[in-house]
Amino acid sequence: MSTQNAKPTTFDLEALRAKLAGAHGPAFWRSLDEVAETPEFQEYIDNEFTKGTSEWTDPVSRRRLMQLLGASLGLAGLTACTKQPPEKVVPYVRVPEEIVPGKPLFFATATTLGGFAQGVIVESNMGRPTKIEGNPDHPASLGATSIHSQAQTLALYDPDRAQVVVREGSASSWKTFLAAAAAVREKLVVQKGAGFRILTETVTSPSLAAQIRALLAEMPEARWHLYEPVSGDNARAGARIAFGDIVSPVYDLAKADVILALDSDFLTAGPGAVRYARDFSRRRDPNATGGMNRLYSVEACPTSTGATADHRLALSHTNVEMFARALASRVGAPAPPADTSAPAAWLDAVAKDLIDRKGRCVVIPGEHQSAAVHALAHAMNVALGNVGNTVLLTEPIESNLEDQYASLASLIADLKAGKVETLLVLGGNPVHTAPARMGFLDAYRRAKLRIRVGLYDDETAAYSHWVIPEAHTLECWGDARAFDGTVTLMQPLIAPLYDGKTHGEVLSVFRGHGDRTSHDLLKQYWQSQRPGPDFDTFWRKSIHDGFIAGSSARPKTVALQAGFASALPNPPEFSGPEIQFRPDPNLYDGRFANNGWLQELPRPVSLLVWDNAALISPRMAQKNGVQNGDVVELRAAARALRLPVWILPGHAEDSVTVHLGYGRTRGGRLASGAGVNANLLRSPDSPWVAYAGEIRKTGGSYTLATVQMHHSMEGRDVIRSAALADYRKDPRVFAHGEHGKLLSLYPERQYETYAWGMAIDLNACVGCNACTIACQAENNIAIVGKSEVVRGREMHWIRVDRYFSGELDAPDIHHQPVPCMHCEKAPCEPVCPVAATVHSNEGLNHMVYNRCVGTRYCANNCPYKVRRFNFLLYSDWTSKSLEGLRNPNVTVRSRGVMEKCTYCVQRISTARIAAELEGRKIKDGEVVTACQAVCPAQAIHFGDLNDPASNVSKIKKDPRNYSLLEELGTSPRTTYLAHLKNPNPALVKAGTSDHHAALVQIEARRA
Amino acid sequence: MGQIFGPTANTVARVSIVGGVLLVAGGMILVNAVDRSAYTSGTNIPPEQPVPFSHKHHVGGVGIDCRYCHTSVEKSATSGIPATEICMSCHTQIWADAPMLEPVRESYRTGKSIEWVKVHDLPAYAYFNHAIHVNKGFSCATCHGRVDQMPLIWKVNTLFMNWCLDCHKNPEKYIRPKEEVFNMAYQPKEDQMVLGARLVKEYNVRKLTDCSVCHR
Repeated sequence: MSTQNAKPTTFDLEALRAKLAGAHGPAFWRSLDEVAETPEFQEYIDNEFTKGTSEWTDPVSRRRLMQLLGASLGLAGLTACTKQPPEKVVPYVRVPEEIVPGKPLFFATATTLGGFAQGVIVESNMGRPTKIEGNPDHPASLGATSIHSQAQTLALYDPDRAQVVVREGSASSWKTFLAAAAAVREKLVVQKGAGFRILTETVTSPSLAAQIRALLAEMPEARWHLYEPVSGDNARAGARIAFGDIVSPVYDLAKADVILALDSDFLTAGPGAVRYARDFSRRRDPNATGGMNRLYSVEACPTSTGATADHRLALSHTNVEMFARALASRVGAPAPPADTSAPAAWLDAVAKDLIDRKGRCVVIPGEHQSAAVHALAHAMNVALGNVGNTVLLTEPIESNLEDQYASLASLIADLKAGKVETLLVLGGNPVHTAPARMGFLDAYRRAKLRIRVGLYDDETAAYSHWVIPEAHTLECWGDARAFDGTVTLMQPLIAPLYDGKTHGEVLSVFRGHGDRTSHDLLKQYWQSQRPGPDFDTFWRKSIHDGFIAGSSARPKTVALQAGFASALPNPPEFSGPEIQFRPDPNLYDGRFANNGWLQELPRPVSLLVWDNAALISPRMAQKNGVQNGDVVELRAAARALRLPVWILPGHAEDSVTVHLGYGRTRGGRLASGAGVNANLLRSPDSPWVAYAGEIRKTGGSYTLATVQMHHSMEGRDVIRSAALADYRKDPRVFAHGEHGKLLSLYPERQYETYAWGMAIDLNACVGCNACTIACQAENNIAIVGKSEVVRGREMHWIRVDRYFSGELDAPDIHHQPVPCMHCEKAPCEPVCPVAATVHSNEGLNHMVYNRCVGTRYCANNCPYKVRRFNFLLYSDWTSKSLEGLRNPNVTVRSRGVMEKCTYCVQRISTARIAAELEGRKIKDGEVVTACQAVCPAQAIHFGDLNDPASNVSKIKKDPRNYSLLEELGTSPRTTYLAHLKNPNPALVKAGTSDHHAALVQIEARRA
Repeated sequence: MGQIFGPTANTVARVSIVGGVLLVAGGMILVNAVDRSAYTSGTNIPPEQPVPFSHKHHVGGVGIDCRYCHTSVEKSATSGIPATEICMSCHTQIWADAPMLEPVRESYRTGKSIEWVKVHDLPAYAYFNHAIHVNKGFSCATCHGRVDQMPLIWKVNTLFMNWCLDCHKNPEKYIRPKEEVFNMAYQPKEDQMVLGARLVKEYNVRKLTDCSVCHR
């Protein structure tokens, strides 16, 4: 990796620890720099635009800039005199059915990740899919989506997608491929498929699986291999240990009073995350039926789930297993007692809490934890009577249950033995994602004919004879199963932009049906499954709904194996720091590496963008004498990797976390060059952790981009958090510092029609960032690139701030989404010299792009730091394919204008016109902002404050409701519901994490 | 040494001060005039179209309703430029071989759209919605003029923001009964201001002037 010359921030971690422990530091802090009060941090809070943000710092182009400056000064007056260039209007020749020009249509389809489907509804504007929303009827969505589903529209229009059939490096055609494949098939049929291998990722698609099986029946010598770096291998192995059979657990968190996450990020990762976040958040409401739930999290690297937990214990990957072993025996599961470094008080308290709520609790193992942890979790759930209550065990969802690392290893062995002639790689990117020590690339090159179907011309495509562009999920017909087994159907929103083919279509070529489309394949399969005269009704209904009703996986009755305890593998040998590998929360295994929205979306907790890093604890940083950005060498089993460190408070002490998905060498302009490839260090026997790792300082340093210091509100009292018990005692626990009605120089405005307002429930928020990316998709928000983020110029209209509180090594973590507050007395408005930001009669704070001259006074005067300035031309006005992506109802901004959250004013306008046409008022719930719609936790509420019966009006009456920086008298329309924690009384240390104590600290610091 | 400035210098100074002010003012007026002229706004200039379609003939002569071709005007933001198949619904029967209509037939044959030149072209940052206007009693003719008298279509209004705002502030000046919206030749039977005030109330016309009504 390249290193840049950057002066790293140095601070004495021991001093910081003492400062925080002694309550001399801030109660809530966002970065170590803030606690240390480094000059860098000071600069961020002194100036709205920190040094380098508003200056032109690129030395090479400075002269050019001066030239442009002079020229634009001379020509400035003339620009207004240009005539509008003539434009063409291009009507249809024949209007497609149902299209009303100017009105969007909505279609149900699905996106997949790791083989599992999420039902979505896609908005199509005159044939262009532009925005993805959740499918309210789909069990894995309930109307919300993950960040990955949101990013699919950008993926569709990505200008770097593979666009032509490539044969040995030069452009070819599908027709040529068909001819070549027909010859191959002829030979294969004769030799019964000997030497033919198919490599897929996880398959849940019933139609694709049936197709592969039919092919294998015709060619019995052929073999189907699977490999996907993130798969359910461990979960399946764990179920086999526990029950002797494979089952898929589906959790019902609506029924769970106590949840223990064993290194599981179930709220934001995995196929059921969106649904789980919904069910979980419902039970975070202190007034929920059944009461507020309690979440314990045991994990090494802080995740969104850990941050949301009432109690989080930082334990290394290896120690999580020891913890599970020790806990299992305490809750009555037949497991041998074990030693663990976890505090006994913690274990006892958790065990008691679980036992007290038998049948109403749940233990959730992380999918990257060992098979033993999965088996122990099953045993605990059985012992606690949860199976059948909070845990449903079903038939496995996946179509092929093979262990995928073993499957890839056997493929590699066969390749090396020369047994493979033709290898068909359907999706995936094994050249990049396979652990380097497996030697996949060397083996791959031994296959005589390598055919690859994929979305990008990536590392695997580079070594393939044939590269077939893959149809994007929005371009084809297909099916896949959701986390609970529900068969979810995909229908195309647009014809393939680059004539891409589906996996099924390419497979079909090898079955001798090169002319079958994805529609034929899907429909024929389901027709064979549902013969009968009512097929057409069934089919139309299922396509319309987006899924097949009642197709969730059947429950499976299993019993814990008698010899369960002895079947458990021995605990791992552990020496030295471990290096744990995890899929990146945004880029996953690297498949989203060319997706700018996901690259620039801050990673949960670390808030890093555009890079991965070795995430380490403050203590490990001290031990190794490293600071943020120092490059270290990680070693594991004779392989080494150099990458910068990032100190993450709350990380387990003896563990290093590295995310996959980076270090791509091919596959698009954004993919290559970001971060380093962790697969170089991984091993197939233990893909998620290297037990005996080494970490060594190299002396180099590297600039990491993080947004954790940007847009800081200067340690003012922005987060309010209290324990449930304190809140029950006195619901006015949050009402401190109320300033009464503040006097204002400005007259009170009357809002006669609507008064739009928002409430964000910090208690529901799980910090998944979906709001940020949904807003980006809805409002045509540009990405800016790493170097611009370093300068503090990211453009997100709604950001999710992350605050730490408490001790340096085991802090509490809080999330706070911050959009524009739409203040009634907005400080930005009076300072604009050209009235480009003004107040509306419905209480919105408008930003008028065509008036803005870019003084940036408004941003300077905004205490919430929610205004974003287009310092450069960030919107991509040149890539042709991206034109299709734009929301036609939102202006694409140019250079030199300010922008910010509009409360999705285009959606308000649409609703207003619809209501006026029908001669009625806008109904409550008719305007749904993009962030509100996507939120899995339903933390965001929006509506008319003039209507006392509206949902948002009612929510704002909650005693937890508070305004940000109330003392400034801005009267924000966006307010927050304060955060509650539901700690176990047995684990509460006196005087910690208490809101009043935090306030005392704030007051003391101010004095 | 004699004086540098003779007595005439005072006159020169006075003239140049007044002249300078007039020159600057004149220049500004000129720039403004050019900026608001038909040359810039494109009013009253019919652009050349691929087919010389005459609204005068179709609307004024044959009497076709606006909505026969502009199908989405009552339900969508855009009024809808007719698809080729709408032209052909008549022109497969009448004037089926007219050379003038060859581009239309070609489009129908090949499936390639006719590319019309946009006459009423709002800037990309202004969002106009036809449906709400025609449903609240604002006629096509109010903005587009008497298209039934135009052999080729041209713009009669500038579409400048102050022109929009004139109506948004005083809708009673322009509103008409809903059933007269598509009537090109409509004349109010009573005093427009009296009728307008009544209709504005009856149709619940709101005088929306917030920026985001059009800009977002």
